[in-house]
Amino acid sequence: MAFIDYYQVLGITKTASDKDIKSAYRKLARKYHPDLNPNDAEAHKKFQQLNEANEVLSDPEKRKKYDQYGENWQHGEAYEQARQQQSRQQHSYGGGGGQAFDFEGFGGGGNDDFSDFFQSMFGGGGGGQRRQAKYRGQDYNAELHLNLKEASETHKQTLSVNGKNIRLTIPAGVENGQTIKITGHGGPGANGGPHGDLYIKFSVADDLRFKRKGSDLYSTVKLDLYTAVLGGEITADTLNGKVKVKVGAGTQNGTKVKLKGKGLPVYKKDGEFGDLYITYDLQIPVNLTDKQKQLFEELAKSST
Amino acid sequence: MTTKHLIAATDFCVYHQLEHTFITDLQEAGLVEVKIVNETAYIPETELQKLEKIIRLHNELDINMAGIEAIIHLLQRVEDIQEEIRLLKNSLKLYE
Repeated sequence: MAFIDYYQVLGITKTASDKDIKSAYRKLARKYHPDLNPNDAEAHKKFQQLNEANEVLSDPEKRKKYDQYGENWQHGEAYEQARQQQSRQQHSYGGGGGQAFDFEGFGGGGNDDFSDFFQSMFGGGGGGQRRQAKYRGQDYNAELHLNLKEASETHKQTLSVNGKNIRLTIPAGVENGQTIKITGHGGPGANGGPHGDLYIKFSVADDLRFKRKGSDLYSTVKLDLYTAVLGGEITADTLNGKVKVKVGAGTQNGTKVKLKGKGLPVYKKDGEFGDLYITYDLQIPVNLTDKQKQLFEELAKSST
Repeated sequence: MTTKHLIAATDFCVYHQLEHTFITDLQEAGLVEVKIVNETAYIPETELQKLEKIIRLHNELDINMAGIEAIIHLLQRVEDIQEEIRLLKNSLKLYE
């Protein structure tokens, strides 16, 4: 557990007045406030640090204690006491079936836990200057990892968010980075206020075989020279198995063919599918036998 | 008309220690929707998230109504741009 220089966090000197502290806090809070930096975990972290520094330095008693012990804080009388108290307050998240998430609240306010350093020195959570709680419950954010195949099928998953199990239907066709809102599955509201919402962000892993653009898929298929020249049939992979594809005589390298409806389901449009585009990668024969070389030479002569 | 999913503006103001005029000002600026049922003002649940964000900006950062209006507008733009970036990033993967 590292010492935190609260003066440095607020960019002030140790001789800063109460007014200086307030002004430095306000200035930085306007820069890093989570409401002004949506989906920015770094800004959110900074804002937490600012709140913590402000909590200590704007409270004369806490500031005195902090200044007194400084970097030797571990020798403080409160340390041992707080450490024992803290060990009794450990929370455990997750559990239950399915995937477990610790929620992250990006939704503004400053009700997050302070650092271990703060808790060791001052014990407990925020203390006197806790921000006003929200009427509406806190929003939770979770990230769900899927592979392309899972993203292509409507399926149910049981998620465990903060120990509570939520059975969730994931619609086919969700995109990488897309967020869906599960209304009312966030934190509880205060004084009869409504629950917050649960936001689930999907992270769809890249697939080795297919690239994706919306609901269309793209892949490269090797095509041997003879089929390209004479025409024929090849088998191509789709997300749901192999299909046979007719190849016309005289097919050029890089030719793109559309396999209609072999892409991903279109998000929330039942029965609609994207397309699969396959691009031929022509394979020129190597390590020819003498006989083959001779035949190619004959071909070359015949075409001049 | 049912008041399900509606929060009485008075309850909300008491909880947040706000003057009712704060809500009225926001309504007049077109920032928050307020519904009147039997001559009582209600805030739809769906507006609470935005409204509490506005209160935080006002209370924690000392931002006045004009500033809030500009911020809400800019945040909407940030959100739209973030969504556009997400789609563009996904499209770029095609060329990687």
